Amino acid sequence: MDKPVNQKAWFLVIPVLVLVAFSAVIPLMTVVNYSVQDTFGNNEFFWAGLDWFDEMVHSDRLWDAFWRQVLFSAIILAIEVPLGIYVALNMPKKGLWASVCLVLMSLPLLIPFNVVGTIWQIFGRVDIGLLGHTLAAMGIDYNYTNDPFDAWATIIVMDVWHWTSLIALLCYAGLQSIPQAYYQAAEIDQASRWKVFRYIELPKMQGVLLIAVLLRFMDSFMIYTEPFVVTGGGPGNATTFLSIDLVKMAVGQFDLGPAAAFSLMYFLVILLVSWVFYTVMTNLDREEAGR
Amino acid sequence: MARITLSNLAHSYLAAPKSDADFALKEMDHVWEDGGAYALLGASGCGKTTLLNIISGLVRPSQGRVLFGERDVTDAATPDRNIAQVFQFPVVYDTMTVRDNLAFPLRNRGMSADYVASRVQQIARMIGMEEGLGRKARGLTADAKQKISLGRGMVREDVNAILFDEPLTVIDPHMKWELRTQLKSLHRQFGHTMIYVTHDQTEALTFADRVVVMHEGRVVQMGTPQDLFDLPAHTFVGYFIGSPGMNVLDATVEGDRARIGDTVIALGARYGRPEGRVQIGVRPEFVSVSDGEGLPVTLNRVEDVGRHRILRASHAGRELNAVLPEGGTLPAGPLRLVFDPAHTLVYADDWRVRPEGTSFERAA
Repeated sequence: MDKPVNQKAWFLVIPVLVLVAFSAVIPLMTVVNYSVQDTFGNNEFFWAGLDWFDEMVHSDRLWDAFWRQVLFSAIILAIEVPLGIYVALNMPKKGLWASVCLVLMSLPLLIPFNVVGTIWQIFGRVDIGLLGHTLAAMGIDYNYTNDPFDAWATIIVMDVWHWTSLIALLCYAGLQSIPQAYYQAAEIDQASRWKVFRYIELPKMQGVLLIAVLLRFMDSFMIYTEPFVVTGGGPGNATTFLSIDLVKMAVGQFDLGPAAAFSLMYFLVILLVSWVFYTVMTNLDREEAGR
Repeated sequence: MARITLSNLAHSYLAAPKSDADFALKEMDHVWEDGGAYALLGASGCGKTTLLNIISGLVRPSQGRVLFGERDVTDAATPDRNIAQVFQFPVVYDTMTVRDNLAFPLRNRGMSADYVASRVQQIARMIGMEEGLGRKARGLTADAKQKISLGRGMVREDVNAILFDEPLTVIDPHMKWELRTQLKSLHRQFGHTMIYVTHDQTEALTFADRVVVMHEGRVVQMGTPQDLFDLPAHTFVGYFIGSPGMNVLDATVEGDRARIGDTVIALGARYGRPEGRVQIGVRPEFVSVSDGEGLPVTLNRVEDVGRHRILRASHAGRELNAVLPEGGTLPAGPLRLVFDPAHTLVYADDWRVRPEGTSFERAA
C-alpha cells in the first residue's frame, strides 16, 4: 500500500522547531560562534578557526580539571550505587515505616543545590560546624579549606548524602515490582541470600539501575554548585572540577573563545560517555534476550 | 522422602483470629502417606494454596504441627525441608540459561558437576527441552517457562515431596495432557510424594491415587476417586465431583425411609432419626425414569452428550439431574424419578450420616 505523501505536514512541526531553536539550538550556536573567534574588546571579533580548540586540547589546566572530574564521578558512583542498592534492599517493604522511609529518603533530593552546599559548608567548619568541631574535638586534624584530602572527603560525603537516596528510591521501585513467587521459588530451590540477589533482584533492578547510573554520572560530571559553595574549587585547584573551571574561565577571566571551545568539548564528552553507557547496557540486555 | 503429618493444624492470616470465619484453614488432622500421589481439589479460595505453603514452609501455621516422618518441621525454614514446589505462574531465573535454571537447585545443594549434567539432561528430555538448553530463559514463551519451572521442581531426586500449585494453568490444553501423563509416569518411576493442587476435577482424578477435597478451609474428604464418587462425605464433594454433580434434596428421614413431600423413598440402610438440616443425595447415574412410582418432577430438557443423555428436571424449584442410557423413550405421562436405594445417601447439615450398624467410616 502506498502511503499518502503530504509535505504540508512539516508545518505542524514548526512550533516545536521554534521552541527548540530558542531553547537549545540558538544558545548552542552562540557558543559555537564564540569558540571560533577572538576579541580584544570593543565588541570586535576576529576569526580564530580551530585555534581555541587546539589550545584547549593541549591545556594542562583543562586536563587536570578533567581527570579530577573523572576521579570524582568514579568515586561517587562506586560509593552511591552499591550503597543505594544496599539501602533499597533493607528498606521496609510495606506499612507505616515504608512511608516514613520514603519521605526521609526523598528529603535530601528536595533541597536546592546551593542550600546543600551551604549546609555542608557550615556543618564542616571547625569553629562553628557540628561535624568540623566534633572531629577537631576528637583530635582529628580536619580542615576542608586547607587540606585537599579533607576538601575531597567533604565534597564526596556531601554528594553521597545528597544523591544516594535517588539510587535507593529507584532501586526500591525496581525491587517492589518483583512478585513474591520469585522469592518463594528461590527458597524452595534452596538459594543463598547472595544468589537471590544475583539472580532475582539484580536482574529485575537492571533497568532502573541503568537510569540511575546514567543520571548520577551526568549530574556528577557537571557538578558545580555544591563544591563551589563549599570550597570554591580550593584549596588551590584541588576541587576545581570542569564546570567550576569553565565558569572561572568564561565569567571570571572573560576568555570567551577558549571557554566556548572548552564547553563544547565538555558537552561532547558527556554525550559520548552517556551514549557508551547506554549502548553497552542496553546491548547486554538485548544479547541476553536474543540468545 | 517421608510421610507428612498435619497435626491439629489451623491457619489464619489475621494476627488475632476471633471466630471460625477468620481462619483460612480450619483445624485439621491429616496424614499424607509417603509416595502417594494426591490431588488437592477445591474451589478457588478454599485454602488449597495456604495448605500447600504450610507444608513447604512458606507459611507458618498459626497452630498445630507439621511432621515429615518423625521429624517436627513446623519451625523449620523452607530450605531445610528439602521440598519442591511448582507455582501457578512460571518462575524462571531470567539471566540464566535453561540449563542453569534446571541445575540451580542441584548446585545449591552442592551436587557434583557430572551428576548435575546428567540429571539436567534427563529432566530436559522429560519436559521436551533438550534443544534449547543453552538459551537464556528470558524471552521464552509462558509455557516454555512453566515447563522449566516444572523441571526445576522435579530435578532433585531426594526431595521429601513435590508440591504442584495449579501448575498447568498457563499451558495449552494439548501440552497439559502430555505433561500430566509425564508427571504420572515420573511418580511411578521415582515414587515421590506428590501433592497436586487444582480446581479441575478431571485433572485431579487422572493424576491422583487419592483425592483430597477442600471446602471453605476444611478438608472435607480424602479418598480414592471411587470413594469420592460412591460415598461423598459432604454435599460439597457430591456437587463438585461428577458431571453433573450429585442431586441433593431436603427430606425427612426416619429409619430406612426418606420422605420428600408426599413421596416416600426407600434407603438402602437404616439411619435412625438424624438431626439438623437433613438431605438425601443421589448421583444422577443412579436415578432412573419411571411412570408408576417415584418423585414427581417437571421435565426441563434432555441433553444428548454422546454416550448418554442427561435429563434435567426440577422438583419444587430444586433442580434434579438423571443420566439416562442412549436410546429408550421417556414415558408419555407425568414424569417420575426413582432413586437406587443402595446409592441414596443421607446428609445432616451437609455431612454424610452413617447408616446404623456400621462401625467405621469408609471414606474418612
